[in-house]
Amino acid sequence: MTAPDGARPSTQASDLVPSVLRRPERAPGLDLRTWDLLVRQARRAGLLARLCLRLEENGLLDSVPERPRLHLEGARTLAAKQARDTRWEVACIHRALAEIDTPVLLLKGAAYAMARLPAARGRTYTDIDVMVPKDRIGLVEETLQRHGWVPADLDTYDQHYYRDWTHQIPPMHNLQRGSVIDVHHTIVPLTARVKPDAQSLLDAARPVTGLGGLRVLAPPDMVLHSAVHLFNEGEFDRGLRDLSDLDELLRHFGSDSAFWPTLVTRARDLDLSRVLYYALRYTVAVLATPVPADAIRAAAAGQPGSATRALMDAFFLRALRPTHQTARDPLTGLALWLLFVRSHYLRMPLHILVPHLVRKAVRRRTATGDRP
Amino acid sequence: MDATSPGVGPGTLDALAAEGIHRRFRETGVALVTGPFVSEVRATVPRFVDDFCLLYADYPVHEKADFADFHVSVEPIRGPRGWFRSLAVVRLDDRSPFPPLSADQALPMFEWGLNWAIVNTAYQYLIIHAAAIERNGRAAILPAPPGSGKSTLCAGLVHRGWRLLSDEQALVSLDEPAITALARPVSLKNESIDVIRTFAEEAVIGCEVSETNKGTVALMKAPRDSVLRKSEPARPAWVIFPRYAAGSAAQLTPRSKADTFLHIGNNAFNYSIHGTRGFDALARVIDGCDCYDFAYGDLDEAVEVFAALADAS
Repeated sequence: MTAPDGARPSTQASDLVPSVLRRPERAPGLDLRTWDLLVRQARRAGLLARLCLRLEENGLLDSVPERPRLHLEGARTLAAKQARDTRWEVACIHRALAEIDTPVLLLKGAAYAMARLPAARGRTYTDIDVMVPKDRIGLVEETLQRHGWVPADLDTYDQHYYRDWTHQIPPMHNLQRGSVIDVHHTIVPLTARVKPDAQSLLDAARPVTGLGGLRVLAPPDMVLHSAVHLFNEGEFDRGLRDLSDLDELLRHFGSDSAFWPTLVTRARDLDLSRVLYYALRYTVAVLATPVPADAIRAAAAGQPGSATRALMDAFFLRALRPTHQTARDPLTGLALWLLFVRSHYLRMPLHILVPHLVRKAVRRRTATGDRP
Repeated sequence: MDATSPGVGPGTLDALAAEGIHRRFRETGVALVTGPFVSEVRATVPRFVDDFCLLYADYPVHEKADFADFHVSVEPIRGPRGWFRSLAVVRLDDRSPFPPLSADQALPMFEWGLNWAIVNTAYQYLIIHAAAIERNGRAAILPAPPGSGKSTLCAGLVHRGWRLLSDEQALVSLDEPAITALARPVSLKNESIDVIRTFAEEAVIGCEVSETNKGTVALMKAPRDSVLRKSEPARPAWVIFPRYAAGSAAQLTPRSKADTFLHIGNNAFNYSIHGTRGFDALARVIDGCDCYDFAYGDLDEAVEVFAALADAS
């Protein structure tokens, strides 16, 4: 695997946030003008709190000038609040689902928080994602409803979209707290071209200490899920944050050298070798994640042809920047659009996809026209 | 980090205003100091710039801001949507939290935008939804829902010996009972605009903007002394819930501290964010305050009651 440096856009502004995450010791030397940009970009990327904690862990926070430091500390305060809320929310879900005897897996942020992984540090949260066996999903939905969660108010088409084509039921929100839970039964849409075996993910899951019944994905599966979500779902609003999650997971689990061969084998078994290839390529390229050379060689089995590789570098290295105007270049919009199209192509066969996109486009047009 | 001395003349927006101010706002922007915050303000809506220069004339500006807490720009909407009506949008950094509105509402929109930015990023403070004023180093916090006459009372008192700390957002320190001055323009609505024009002839009031979602709105310039004393915090001494009632005599009624705490906690912008630290900070404030309900029907009478309160030791 060659380093994709050649394709990395060279403007310094677009590399500012990653460069400080890679080398926090650079931070005290930054001038105020650079801090101004760094705070704005990191906030937009959802990484301001993580940046604060990274600096704090390295004993560097006190050397940050006061004005930007207040913004960093503010983001840390907000992230701590969201982490408290997440723990509370998970406890409520745990209590509600304790009455039915079914395995419940926490995914993404909630999993990082409850498993107390470094990837939870300074992370911000929007909703709680859980995964349950497909044949129990009706029961889970019903039980959550009895405990105060209500399904989103969707029309028949959207209901059909979620239930028949995606890997989750429509989001439910709690009437009292307004919090949102996404209940999944696998990690990729039903119509997707690659279909990792959900049962195998459930079988490998690990219990969460202190919360009997709740589980999280096994380390390799957690990394692969994070990667499939980032590289195949086509939403890059928080692309750099998701890449940083991957970086944190790989650094944490990867400190055990036995992790890497397992990761590569597991990716092959779950039909996710391509996704793993991207995950390692871009965490190394953007965040200098320490991936052993052996693992990089083994993961190269999943690499695409050299033309596709060059193209994907051009797309992903743009999509993985902070979504701030100062980190964009003239091709960013095109790259994001093509990745969005790619994600739909990966998600659905064309005979479903084309009518779906037409329908969405027509509906959007109608909605815009209705606006006063 | 406070780079501006509370000076007069050079260093204030007023002093800049002579030299091609519209170009300045269009090209480089102006780094405006309001209380503890620096905002980089850019604008290409001429009407906004004129209104802004009237209300913010006394505020310090940095020649060049290396670091700004907020980046606000006021831009016209071009293209089909702007053909029939002149529209403007306020952007915070590179995004806009509100839909575009008629260009003559740009200044109120700027104020809402800046309020929004403070509430959503300035977590170094517990921010109470209240007006705050100071006299003899002691601050009165005036929390109240819209329509209760809070802004009218606040606008009146700051022309009768009280210093304006804030009209909407009381910035409470998390480690000590202190309120940091923000001293931004006071937003007056509907009848209270004329009430203040009559009550305080010296008050500078900007253009009236009708048909906002709050009715007719006009911004009153913060008194110059309040703007210049932005670096002096004040210790909270009273929490007073004002309520205007036509014909009512001005009267203070004691209110329990527990009830005051609950009410303020529920209406603070960011109380829950701070967890136990927010609880402790609010408890410290309430502990040091006398708490009252205050009914009034006449501003002059209200001023007397408040003066008596401040003069009592």
